[in-house]
Amino acid sequence: MATAPTEIKVTPEIAAEHGLTAQEFARVKEILGREPNITELGIFSVMWSEHCSYKSSKVHLKRLPTRGKLVVQGPGENAGVVDIGDGLVAAFKIESHNHPSYVEPFQGATTGVGGILRDIFTMGARPVAVLDSLRFGPITAGNGVSEKEAAKNRRILDGVIRGVAHYGNCFGVPTVGGEVAFEPCYSQNPLVNALALGIAKKDDIFLAKAKGIGNPVIYVGAKTGRDGIHGASLLASAEFTEESQQKRPNVQVGDPFMEKLLLEACLEAMQTGTVVAIQDMGAAGLTCSTTEMASRGGTGIEIDLAKVPQRESGMTPYEIMLSESQERMLLVVEDGREQEVLDVFKKWGLDAVVVGEVTEGGLLRVRDRGKLAAEIPAHPLAEEGPVYQRPIAQPPARKETAADWFQFSAERTNLTDNFAKLLGSPAIASKRWITEQYDTSVRTNTLAGPGASDAAVIRIKDPETGKVKRALALATDGNGRWCELNPRVGAMHAVAEAARNVATSGARPMAATNCLNFGSPEKPAVMWQFSEAIDGLTIACNELGTPITGGNVSFYNETLGKSIYPTPVIGVLGILEDASRVLKIGFREEGDVIVLLDGSTPLAGAQHAAPLQERQREFSSSEYSKTIRGIVTGEPPAIDLGAEKRLQECLVSLAAAGSVRSAHDVSDGGIAVTLAESCFAAASQGATQVGANASLPPEASPAEYALFGERGARAIVSVAPSSLGAVLETARQCGVAAQEIGQVIRGDGFRIEYKGSAVVDSSVANLFETWAHSLERTLKAG
Amino acid sequence: MKFGVVVFPGSNCDHDAFYAISNILKKPVEFIWHQSQDLANCDAIILPGGFAYGDYLRTGAIARFSPVMKSVSKFAKSGGMVLGVCNGFQILLEAGLLPGAMTRNSGLRFICRHVHVRVEQTDTAFTNAAAKGQVLRIPIAHSDGNYTCDEAALGELETNRQVIFRYTTSDGTEDAAGNPNGSIANIAGICNRERNVAGLMPHPERAVESALDSADGLVIFRSMVEALVGAAKATA
Repeated sequence: MATAPTEIKVTPEIAAEHGLTAQEFARVKEILGREPNITELGIFSVMWSEHCSYKSSKVHLKRLPTRGKLVVQGPGENAGVVDIGDGLVAAFKIESHNHPSYVEPFQGATTGVGGILRDIFTMGARPVAVLDSLRFGPITAGNGVSEKEAAKNRRILDGVIRGVAHYGNCFGVPTVGGEVAFEPCYSQNPLVNALALGIAKKDDIFLAKAKGIGNPVIYVGAKTGRDGIHGASLLASAEFTEESQQKRPNVQVGDPFMEKLLLEACLEAMQTGTVVAIQDMGAAGLTCSTTEMASRGGTGIEIDLAKVPQRESGMTPYEIMLSESQERMLLVVEDGREQEVLDVFKKWGLDAVVVGEVTEGGLLRVRDRGKLAAEIPAHPLAEEGPVYQRPIAQPPARKETAADWFQFSAERTNLTDNFAKLLGSPAIASKRWITEQYDTSVRTNTLAGPGASDAAVIRIKDPETGKVKRALALATDGNGRWCELNPRVGAMHAVAEAARNVATSGARPMAATNCLNFGSPEKPAVMWQFSEAIDGLTIACNELGTPITGGNVSFYNETLGKSIYPTPVIGVLGILEDASRVLKIGFREEGDVIVLLDGSTPLAGAQHAAPLQERQREFSSSEYSKTIRGIVTGEPPAIDLGAEKRLQECLVSLAAAGSVRSAHDVSDGGIAVTLAESCFAAASQGATQVGANASLPPEASPAEYALFGERGARAIVSVAPSSLGAVLETARQCGVAAQEIGQVIRGDGFRIEYKGSAVVDSSVANLFETWAHSLERTLKAG
Repeated sequence: MKFGVVVFPGSNCDHDAFYAISNILKKPVEFIWHQSQDLANCDAIILPGGFAYGDYLRTGAIARFSPVMKSVSKFAKSGGMVLGVCNGFQILLEAGLLPGAMTRNSGLRFICRHVHVRVEQTDTAFTNAAAKGQVLRIPIAHSDGNYTCDEAALGELETNRQVIFRYTTSDGTEDAAGNPNGSIANIAGICNRERNVAGLMPHPERAVESALDSADGLVIFRSMVEALVGAAKATA
């Protein structure tokens, strides 16, 4: 497939090999009014691939809320843009690079990061932060996972981490957060979702609309090679089989040094005032950038391939148009002023060549040394591709009974050992060994890097004066296990948790971006999951005031017919009006009061009275259940978005007032993990070692549920005794229950009581040992 | 008094150094393009961190041949103040302005975290405002920070008191636990014999505000200002 001479005659079989169905092929012929040549077929096949056309997801994506008073640019451009005040905007977006990262972990991850960074600076924004949301198969053997499989997963993880680190570190953008999770379903199909954030002046935002007939089209950046041909169509838009390793040549190769030059040169070129439009060449390369810019501008574009800088000789028009070589951009500039732009790129030592011009008539016309290689109406190619209302079918309900659910331990059981095991599990254990490989502090804006706060917090320097007023907070979340059990509720949790993380850092959630990782859209059950997840996202984003401004859909995440868990990953962006008010998770002073905030129980002391079986069912989906008993079933915790909203308001108010010393939300592993992490962070934030003494409010639930349950809308704050009154009053005004559950103590004691007995009794040092080093020990095993 | 921050293609801490000097130290500073041989009458030159020229071949190996380095060498040899941070340190080594060489971190991975370095000498343009033995908490961010040199060179470094920063634990103990990258003799930063050129792997420009977790790096820039003020007085 990689080499396809132009002379090849297009047959229905060749169209099918290109992934076009018979109907799609018929539509191609209808649009052209004739048979396509092989180059044209290639162009249609990439533009109409699932990855580029969203043909299976479009009808559902329409339901997502995309508007808000702070949204400057919603989905459809290179990135979403929101207003962050004082004439500044933030551009941000998340994208997947899953399949390439399995085939070639290092390069797959680098080009994933590189692609999303280009999306940001294409808008005229300077990238200031990257987050990575990663999912791998189990990295330890046991529970049906062989040592061979675990070792392979460790190698994939290692390659991906090195790739993410290499690209961001060299480019000079801090990688400040994200998550890493492990489930068996990701063994053959890891997820690599990269989110980038940039800042620009509101008046300096650039779009990808080719305007002005006769304006020159300029190609800049790396030379075009044969790498990545059909990356979008054959790698990203088909499931894996045993032959997938042969797709290695379809993986692109990243060069962060080149991208850094491209960044600086593009931002400088934009300052000349001559740039009309700009688009990066990512998926489907030259094809996609020319077609989309022309289509959005209501114009045509004509280019001559002989002028395109090429890395190797003898490339056919087919190969040049479909190459996914990285670090390339296409610009439309004002006619007559192209030299100004060419000079900037020359200064940075980059290729920049006028390869064509904007034309009337709406045609994408590709010439090769004067010979016509392709001629396609741009708008139908970009916008009138196939749209499918794929069949949807809810899979039959899981057959499970109370006997399959988690059986709680007897009352008064000492749970310390189980707790230590939970802290050492890959999902909960410290990710420091991974995040230390990322440059987290370059650009000197990182107020809270990985693990310091529930969200990554980046201060905003005024581009002119460098003065700092506000900060931005970003968090990603997506619990695939919960989405597998209930895609609608799981998706709602993803939004709620990401927003809660942002609010726990003190910032007000303002907008979201989503990366929707699913199996094959040709399976009705997968489409049901997708549709349910979209509904969940819609409800949650509406309720929490975080419109979706962009993102991407990644289908075909399956191998040998088995789908991954449906995994919508949500990135939420928030704004902190006063950059000096960042809330971090670490306890600070002995004697501080530990307060549990709970949005879902407006009346202090109110109890959740539900039958024990409901508790068992819910708890069976928890991290504790999975880690301690290997049970993954039941239902995710019920979600109460009103409660989430109240809690978030409360946290934002407390941060603004400066009345709490730390804040950390309750999530994976429940209250016990939240308390322990707040103790661990105290030491790493340079404070003296402190411990915690807590007594959880008695409920009609077993101790394990109280300690490790993962119901949302809760956070733990620590408060100086003198501020306690003010904090309780703020909570009351926000309709949030606030209960004093313990004290920060000197030394390293760590004790949790429940109903009069110590259910966890250990030392911070012991727990820290397990939590801090277990991932490193596992991964160093090779 | 004017600082100059050199911009190589691939420099990525240039803005941070610039910001530390202009916004925190509030001193005049300008960027100097790698193609330029004109140091714009700057009194002190900073070679910032990053991946100059992609760090292909070897860190700093290509940058040393850039036009600006001709002028920087001349400036340094005539007593001008030059500080290399991270990649800038690597470039100074490659350019022969400082002795020794850099190899991969002993763990073979990029490491970014706050480390502790002890100020070993205070009679340099970069440490005169610090106290001898003072422990600074400053971040590192590199994969090639494992400083090495032969025994004779190490002996000379020690004899001439050219080791100005050493990695230690938080209490100032010089041991393996405090050494993040395997550097010989826990060396984090050195100066030349004339004490006007220095390089260090940690990033002082990232530790100039308590909001960024540490302001310990400021003392290095303050020292440079002190030295420049002193030099100006001496010639006045």
